[in-house]
Amino acid sequence: MIDTALTIAFTLVGLAVALSFWRLLRGPDAPDRILALDTLYVNTIALLVLFGIQIDSNLYFEAALLIALMGFVGTVALCKYLLRGDIIE
Amino acid sequence: MADNLFTLILTVFVGAILAGWASRFGRLHAAWVAGVTVLFALGQLLEPMQAVFAGETLTSRTAWIPTAGLDLSFRLDGLGLLFALLILGIGLLIVLYARYYLSPRDCMGRFYSYLLMFMGAMLGVALSENIIQLLVFWELTSLTSFLLISYWQERPEARQGARMALAITGGGGLAMLGGFILLGEIAGSYELSVILASGDTIRAHPLYLPMLVLVLLGAFTKSAQFPFHFWLPNAMAAPTPVSAYLHSATMVKAGVFLLARLFPALSGTPEWAWLVGGAGLATLLIGAVFALFKHDLKGLLAYSTISHLGLITLLFGIGTPLAAVAGVFHIINHAIFKASLFMAAGIIDHETGSRDMRRLNGLWKYMPHTALLAMVAAASMAGVPLLNGFLSKEMFFAEAFSASTHLQLGWLLPALVTLAGVFAVAYSFRFIHDVFFNGEPIDLPKVPHEPPRWMKVPVEMLVALCLLVGILPSLTVEPILELAAGGVLQTAPPTFDLAIWHGLSPALLMSVVALVGGGLVYAARYPLFRLHDRCEPYCQAKSVFDALMAGLFAGAGWLTRTLNSGSLPRMLALFVTFAALLGLAGYLGGGGPLTGSRATLPVDGISLLAAAGLIAAALATVILHRQRLVALVLIGVVGLVVSLIFIKFSGPDLALTQLSVEVVTIVLLLLALYFLPQEAPADSSGLRRSRDAVLAVAAGTGTGLLAWAVLTRPLESISDYFLANSVPGGGGHNVVNVILVDFRGFDTLGEITVLGIAALGIYAMLEHLFLPGPAYDSRGRPWNWDMHPAVMASLTRLLPLRAAGLGLHLPARPQHARRRLHRRTDHRRGHHHAVPGQRRGMDPVTAAGQHAPAGRAGPAGGHCHRPGEPGLRLPLPYLGLHPPALAGGRGLRNRLGHRLRPRGIHGGGGRDPAHPHPPGTDAQRQPHAALGRGRLSLMEALVAVIIGVLTACGVYLSLRRRSFPVVLGITLLSYAVNLFLFAMGRLTIGQPAVIDDAATGYADPLPQALVLTAIVISFAMTAFVIMLALKARAELGDDRVDGDGPSC
Repeated sequence: MIDTALTIAFTLVGLAVALSFWRLLRGPDAPDRILALDTLYVNTIALLVLFGIQIDSNLYFEAALLIALMGFVGTVALCKYLLRGDIIE
Repeated sequence: MADNLFTLILTVFVGAILAGWASRFGRLHAAWVAGVTVLFALGQLLEPMQAVFAGETLTSRTAWIPTAGLDLSFRLDGLGLLFALLILGIGLLIVLYARYYLSPRDCMGRFYSYLLMFMGAMLGVALSENIIQLLVFWELTSLTSFLLISYWQERPEARQGARMALAITGGGGLAMLGGFILLGEIAGSYELSVILASGDTIRAHPLYLPMLVLVLLGAFTKSAQFPFHFWLPNAMAAPTPVSAYLHSATMVKAGVFLLARLFPALSGTPEWAWLVGGAGLATLLIGAVFALFKHDLKGLLAYSTISHLGLITLLFGIGTPLAAVAGVFHIINHAIFKASLFMAAGIIDHETGSRDMRRLNGLWKYMPHTALLAMVAAASMAGVPLLNGFLSKEMFFAEAFSASTHLQLGWLLPALVTLAGVFAVAYSFRFIHDVFFNGEPIDLPKVPHEPPRWMKVPVEMLVALCLLVGILPSLTVEPILELAAGGVLQTAPPTFDLAIWHGLSPALLMSVVALVGGGLVYAARYPLFRLHDRCEPYCQAKSVFDALMAGLFAGAGWLTRTLNSGSLPRMLALFVTFAALLGLAGYLGGGGPLTGSRATLPVDGISLLAAAGLIAAALATVILHRQRLVALVLIGVVGLVVSLIFIKFSGPDLALTQLSVEVVTIVLLLLALYFLPQEAPADSSGLRRSRDAVLAVAAGTGTGLLAWAVLTRPLESISDYFLANSVPGGGGHNVVNVILVDFRGFDTLGEITVLGIAALGIYAMLEHLFLPGPAYDSRGRPWNWDMHPAVMASLTRLLPLRAAGLGLHLPARPQHARRRLHRRTDHRRGHHHAVPGQRRGMDPVTAAGQHAPAGRAGPAGGHCHRPGEPGLRLPLPYLGLHPPALAGGRGLRNRLGHRLRPRGIHGGGGRDPAHPHPPGTDAQRQPHAALGRGRLSLMEALVAVIIGVLTACGVYLSLRRRSFPVVLGITLLSYAVNLFLFAMGRLTIGQPAVIDDAATGYADPLPQALVLTAIVISFAMTAFVIMLALKARAELGDDRVDGDGPSC
């Protein structure tokens, strides 16, 4: 049962990742790409959690949380740059 | 007794420090300290001296680095004793003399300090038992003599002379090091007692000739043998006491000392005879002839010194035991009369203000006392009977004559030797006649007068010795000569007769010819001077040396400019080309098959997708690198996927460190980008871009193939030790972290140092950095006026909570921090409370925040925590970089329970953690079967391709002409390097190196530890390069790195 669910989830998240990649490469504008990067971070978190379930380990939940934070910081920094140029004022 | 020789040398060095210190309290204190030091050292020599006179050879050994088999070993036999006495005895006289010679302007402390250091080094040369140790002292004499010769630093000729002496003697020392290593390997020991006893083995060895040449190069440069003689006259720019010391008893005698020391081991072959004898004869003749033509008093003495050194060398070259005795005898005599002559010359210089013999005339009237002393010494130098010089010179003539009977053209040797004798007499006559008679002084700066009483005392003592040895040789010099000759030959010396009158012999005839001929040559000196003046421009060794040096500098400059044009792309291109060619050569040279025997892992769809995304993002970074912000976003994706790769293959620590560093790098790059152009124009021609692309593809292909070769080979790791000892020895379960802070803690220290240096460099560059920021963004729109948009502000306010939840070590509340130190652990039972805070009834967020820093305490986990004592801290770079909860093995295990096992292997648990499965064994690979599902087993190939693509993209970007793409390139390259290092541990899924009873195997922790180091180092490098780019932007208004821009 869980295996089937995992397969479906992996497929869907994989699709999301692929679409994010597409937006990232396609652009056309910087905010599009930043958004794609942020979405990629979110998808990565999902992938990690799924992977953790697959190999039955809590270890990857920790990693997923940290990635969430780092993705947030990166996105904020990039957005701040677009807004103000100087990111640490 | 055993340490006596060591303390003797140490005394002199300590005296050197004291002398420098004492001069603070008064000008003459340094001289007193030096005198007392030398007297004390002489006193220490008395006791061992008696033993040596009784026929013993004393050796003493002081353990220095016993584990490496290194001892300080010293040896005192007849030869060493003779030299020690000469060094200390004449040294004492020099100390006395220099006290009156140096003017109040000269710094006494510095002089005596250098002098004593030099003396200690010379004693070390004379008394060393180990030849490597001898060489160390030998080099020390070169260095200290450099300091002594350049004592008057303000004079250019002193600096030049010192530099030349150092270049020649230092170069010789280098050759001698090679020779000594060969000698030690041939003899099987570096101890002199072994070497001296194995002369036959050494002479029969095929490497005898190269070894001999190298050792002789050292000896000849030091003893100023032709063609290395020219440094000695140029070293005359030193103060006269220095010249008197260096060129009579010490520095130049070190070379002949070495010939004497190694005489039993090396002599007795035709090579020795021709090399040593030939150099000696050439030096003898050249020195004698040139000495006559020097108008400078010290120049004459310098060339005569060269000539006498040649004489001694020739005697050792002749190689018979009697010749060796004569050589040692002449070492003694030359030291005595040359020291007194130099001192006399110094007195004349001191009291008249000139050393030019064309102006110095008729000084007899002004300073009769000094004149008498100088005349006796000069007569001894000429070889006049009843003086010591006569005795050794006659022995020399006799040896030259008897050696000639074995040679073809045998008459040539005595004839040339007699010719040298003729010139020796001539220049000695000139020293006497030109200076003390021959009319009146011409235009002297001072009116000549006698020196202070005590300045003459050293000269008087030496001249008295000349007379005593000359008249009563058997009562004075014979015992020590016999002893020293025994030391040289290492057997009983042959019987010799130190009589003044040997009856009518060829040697006497040669002496008479030399005396008469010398007088005649001196009488005919003016035509000879004119001849010499015409030839002089063509035979200047110094100009040859200068030309050689100039050529060397020009060549080095040309090479540097050719290889290092200041253009980063060019140097990198050279580097990459070379590395690629080297790799190709290595592969073609028979590196084995490309694919190893290790079974590969299957590929799954998500991995394929992620890899495709990474490759696409890396390529897009390259294509879009001129739109800088976009490139930055793209490189962020690359970093994210690289972290995913680490996570997938059992390196969660690395992933999180990599990710943290990547975010910080992006922030730094954004900071820098603000001041740089947002879009850069294409700055390379199409041809150049194609060239770079070819290079990049070559580098990428090579690296990728190499990674494939590594990944498919079975793993032979040394990590079993770390896995086995991590818990019992290091007290931590996370083996990667224990390696970093415990097993290889010093490497981590080095890494921290690198980080610190980078930080210092960045700080230095930040100073006075003024960069005007742009007023508009890249599209000409004004910046947003709102510094803190409300949505951002409210989001960031949540951050500390999230951080606490994640175990980031943002400042925990102090009252909780204290409590966390008292967290109790019990590792025997092997578990903690699942969430410690819950037991104490705290709110979960605070509890997690509190628990996590304890986890951050690193590999020590619970083991190092004693109540009330702070936990072991991770080294600086890991604070904030490491996933704290992961760092603490025990905390991790408790929260994760025992669920690290993959599904379906539940039965395999309960192994002894002290004997875990070595990484890479079959047991470890078993779990992957569950993930495989029979798909293409090409995971390794995928990783290899990723490494190759990252390398290629990184190389291409690094070859750009502007700093921003170079930084991007470095970042990509660092990803490639980190992945490659990671690949050294091969790929394993779901088995982090965290010791767990239930684990079935572990990924190799050592490469992971390496990757962590590499991540931090590459971060330091990136940050530094970013700062460089900013600095260049501020200073030059440009961010080019190819050196074609405005030069600094």
